[in-house]
Amino acid sequence: MDNFTVGVVVFPGSNCDRDVSWALEGCLDIRTKYLWHESSDLSDVDAIVLPGGFSYGDYLRCGAIARFSPLINALDEFVKSGKRVLGICNGFQILTESGFLPGALTANKNLNFICDDVELDIISSKGGWFNHGGEKQTIKLPIAHGEGRYHCDSDTLKKLVDNELIALRYKNNPNGSSFDIAGITNEKGNVLGLMPHPERACDETIGGTDGLFTLKSLILK
Amino acid sequence: MDQFAVKVFVRLRPSVLDPAGEATKSASIKLGVEGIKSLRIGKMIEVKIEGNGENEVREKIDLLCDRLFANTVIEDYEYSLEKL
Repeated sequence: MDNFTVGVVVFPGSNCDRDVSWALEGCLDIRTKYLWHESSDLSDVDAIVLPGGFSYGDYLRCGAIARFSPLINALDEFVKSGKRVLGICNGFQILTESGFLPGALTANKNLNFICDDVELDIISSKGGWFNHGGEKQTIKLPIAHGEGRYHCDSDTLKKLVDNELIALRYKNNPNGSSFDIAGITNEKGNVLGLMPHPERACDETIGGTDGLFTLKSLILK
Repeated sequence: MDQFAVKVFVRLRPSVLDPAGEATKSASIKLGVEGIKSLRIGKMIEVKIEGNGENEVREKIDLLCDRLFANTVIEDYEYSLEKL
């Protein structure tokens, strides 16, 4: 995988782009390239991460303005080609706003900005983003969000359950998300959106390595 | 070209919990105001827009509401329109 390159998208207001790049390069030896949101040329990246932060100041709704950037417009072809896209936190919000994933993310039930480590159950093997069926079926990842309450209607929820699109569920739902949902994939499995931050759990010295598997799986075909 | 003043109201759907509305309701009761049965917070967007007649302007506003102003997974919208 010498030339495999992960594009890390930078919007005005992204603030986890460097963390993602550091985790990929420093902890996993995977090459990264920053992609400015106005770029629509995705030809030299093999996978894409939409990192956390506050793109466009979260104006209107989280992720609502980012959806209209040239890069997100170009993402459709990229996703259709089967390449992998990982949306973390604000990246998950952008993926729902732009219709790559169903549902929406809105204000936490208790209105608090929650910054904490949470325990998560691995629910599905779709896309191979988590070590489903492995020794450890509960992982611990940090969350940091004010608007992470996943919401969808009952038909969508049924579809998510029936098609095994729910990737992660909170053990102790911190934000009021429907069905304790913390992360979902698209039907093909090549797009994952999650509120927890795997890039902040890639080194024992900063609190754990449960995020490594997910970042490493970006290089899966 | 006609010019219109449009007021768009975006509200969380009734089935979606509105924690900010709940917190404001709680503060309203603490202020001593009795009788509040429900309190929900939405957004109002004011747009001045030109177009060839009301129908064309409505088409533009419908597009804006559906694709940008509201996320119809969780929000409803309605608007009023006044010719200037």
